[in-house]
Amino acid sequence: MVAPAESHATYDSKIEGNIVFTKLDSAINWMRKNSLWPMPMGLACCAIEMMASACSRYDLSRFGMEVMRFSPRQADVMIVAGTVTYKMALAVKRVWDQMPEPKWCIAMGACASSGGMYRSYAVLQGIDHLIPVDIYISGCPPRPEALLEGLMRLQRKIDGEHSFLEQKKELINELS
Amino acid sequence: MNAAQMVTALKEKFGEAVLSTVEFRGEHTLYVSLAAAKAVLKYCRDEMAFDYLVDISSLDHMGEEPRFEIVYELYGYGHLQSLRIKSKIPDGEDVPTVSDIWPTANWHEREIWDMMGIKFSGHPDLRRILMWEGYPYFPLRKDFPLAGKPSDMPDVGFTGIAPMADGPFVTSAGALDTVTREPRAKRVE
Repeated sequence: MVAPAESHATYDSKIEGNIVFTKLDSAINWMRKNSLWPMPMGLACCAIEMMASACSRYDLSRFGMEVMRFSPRQADVMIVAGTVTYKMALAVKRVWDQMPEPKWCIAMGACASSGGMYRSYAVLQGIDHLIPVDIYISGCPPRPEALLEGLMRLQRKIDGEHSFLEQKKELINELS
Repeated sequence: MNAAQMVTALKEKFGEAVLSTVEFRGEHTLYVSLAAAKAVLKYCRDEMAFDYLVDISSLDHMGEEPRFEIVYELYGYGHLQSLRIKSKIPDGEDVPTVSDIWPTANWHEREIWDMMGIKFSGHPDLRRILMWEGYPYFPLRKDFPLAGKPSDMPDVGFTGIAPMADGPFVTSAGALDTVTREPRAKRVE
């Protein structure tokens, strides 16, 4: 019996605690996407909206991504919220490098996505010049709903990944 | 003693070193020679009770000689008077630090070094403060473009050129009035 993880067809209280069949990829993805631990890289006003998203009115925890970790080694999604100056870009990159695989990145707001209104010598014109971005969220700053939407889109993206194959690919690359 | 009397007293005390004075709407400005600037500032703090250094800023008069100018804004919490002291600086000349007179000057001077490239002699820790250490330019000089210049130091930092045209946040230069010049007046196709 092969059932997609999100359909809950395999859940039955009579067989709870017994065996559930699924694909390894689905199982891994299901576990990953429902416990996203964000690294809040709050750099400007977007961070205020990010904090609001985590608070009771919007409440990220409804979707399984509330465990904000201020240590990159415990996080798997970095939310770059705010203007990335060239000086701060060095720290952002360093924090990103410290995050363990698998990891994802969300560019929250106009500044993190493209430099926004800061067309100047001091501001990195989009964090994607430095680290790979999975989800861009528009807005200046985006409302908490937009951040939630972004995180949920990331969940959908994670759900479609061939996580096991990719993991093996990493291993093969490391061995060769 | 009010600011006007202090200006008179400073002129008497320092004579030739005070090049000129300006009064504009109750604000008093003293132009002093660079060589005497530190002595004047120290006298202001010690004898005239200007215990608060509000700000130090710098100006780039590109094309003029001397090219730079430094501006000290002083204030005294005892007498509630403010005083501005300005001094011209030729390109490449060092300015004596005042961080030993007012500790707050430490970061102000670092910012001026970072943005304008004016060096402060005797400064305890003259590093860049806004740009990364090793950045090769001084961005607030008049000959530096707003978009920036590309630079790259491997394992240290880099900068690129910001696009100055297009995009939703760019004003429409040359538009008829300020309303149509606003970025929000643009029509999205």
